[in-house]
Amino acid sequence: MDTQFSKAELERYSRHLIIPEFNIEGQRKLKESKVLVVGSGGLGSPLLLYLTAAGVGTIGIVDFDTVDESNLQRQVLFTVDDIGKSKSKTAAQKLKRLNPHVEFHVYDTQLTSENALEIIRDYDVIADGTDNFPTRYLVNDACVILGKPNVYASIFRFEGQVSVFNHLLPDGSRGPNYRDLFPEPPPPGLVPSCAEGGVLGVLPGIIGSLQANEVIKIVTCIGEPLTGRLFLFDAFSFETRTVNITKDPDTKEITKLIDYAEFCGLNNLSQKTEENMVKEITVQELASLKENGSDYQLIDVREPYERQIASIEGELVPLAQIMSFVDNIARDKKVIIYCRSGSRSAQAVLQLEKQNGFDNLYNLKGGILAWANEIDPTVAKY
Amino acid sequence: MAKIIIPTPLRKFTNNQATLETNAHTVLEAIRELTIKYPDLKNQIIDKNGDIRKFIKIYLDDTNIKTLDQDKTEVSAGSVVSIIPAIAGGNIT
Repeated sequence: MDTQFSKAELERYSRHLIIPEFNIEGQRKLKESKVLVVGSGGLGSPLLLYLTAAGVGTIGIVDFDTVDESNLQRQVLFTVDDIGKSKSKTAAQKLKRLNPHVEFHVYDTQLTSENALEIIRDYDVIADGTDNFPTRYLVNDACVILGKPNVYASIFRFEGQVSVFNHLLPDGSRGPNYRDLFPEPPPPGLVPSCAEGGVLGVLPGIIGSLQANEVIKIVTCIGEPLTGRLFLFDAFSFETRTVNITKDPDTKEITKLIDYAEFCGLNNLSQKTEENMVKEITVQELASLKENGSDYQLIDVREPYERQIASIEGELVPLAQIMSFVDNIARDKKVIIYCRSGSRSAQAVLQLEKQNGFDNLYNLKGGILAWANEIDPTVAKY
Repeated sequence: MAKIIIPTPLRKFTNNQATLETNAHTVLEAIRELTIKYPDLKNQIIDKNGDIRKFIKIYLDDTNIKTLDQDKTEVSAGSVVSIIPAIAGGNIT
């Protein structure tokens, strides 16, 4: 028997029902569909709001994170009252108020190689709104293994990308997937993976809405889905481009899920060992050096725009320029190098030790974030 | 003149230039010209074997050069060469 609609639903969805190409058939397909949204942050917020409003029958939300003050600039599902709360649970509560006819399944957990197939299996369409490479490859591979379409969107600063991967084509084959486009992620240390970030608040609103549009088109089988094409948007120049993606014969067959942190170079043992070899100083030790008026040199290897947000003084020498600052680095006293979280400063210490033989360099453990958390709460965290 | 579009994450290596013009005849020439002008860009785009890195795609207009004549793909006046990198979000380390 066909899915039925109550009077309230017919009235709620009436603007869909009177579009000839959409009509009650499209609405019925939406109501019968199950869509999984991975990530309920910047992209997930508009995506979830529009999918809920549109009347998707069942929506799964995967997010293990909690709401942070720095999310509110773009994650429009959340408000100040939500800070510290579970994103997936809070999102479901709010969305239920937007549309009580939708059923929500909350996965307040990280998507991993262990649980991905089990979670994704139950859904018709997957929408990837995550913010990191390991999860993107995991979502892609799980979708390929299970034969699910993966509606992909990604953002960085002013730039957004949208595509539909692994879509079932009329000839029964599957369209290209993420690995046909990008076989491997950037290695750590190369842009855009390290020490570079930021996103214009409105950008996920634009890109996440386009992603919702593609989900709705796939579910209702209307229009031309963005399969085999990659849409690019540059909010800075207002340039848009759509380029073609084809299946790459060199793409290896995906048969099982792997360790994605390792695949993305994040478990690199030799690198970890190297970082551990760097001498460290805690924020408490730095605080007492300051207090005692000890003689030491403090170097900040962040970018000038980061310094404007938070500073604990010291000479500002962005990591990329540290090697041309060598002659100004003391050899006869303690030199403490810091950044936001301690990762870039560890790299600086390593480079200087290896190439210039310094033995008096210390990495500030946890960076300015640790200072803000443990020493001076007036310093802004970002 | 053909146009080369530099993606946001790589603009810090091109003095924030989003587009550049080139008289190169092939994609290889265009990339070579670009990395000579902006040496720091080279390591971002090219791996140690001299190949385009796997998280970057080079397009001529709307087509991946891999499906054309690879780096020998001809560039003509009015062509647009796009460097398209994988991006994952705006988080910082």
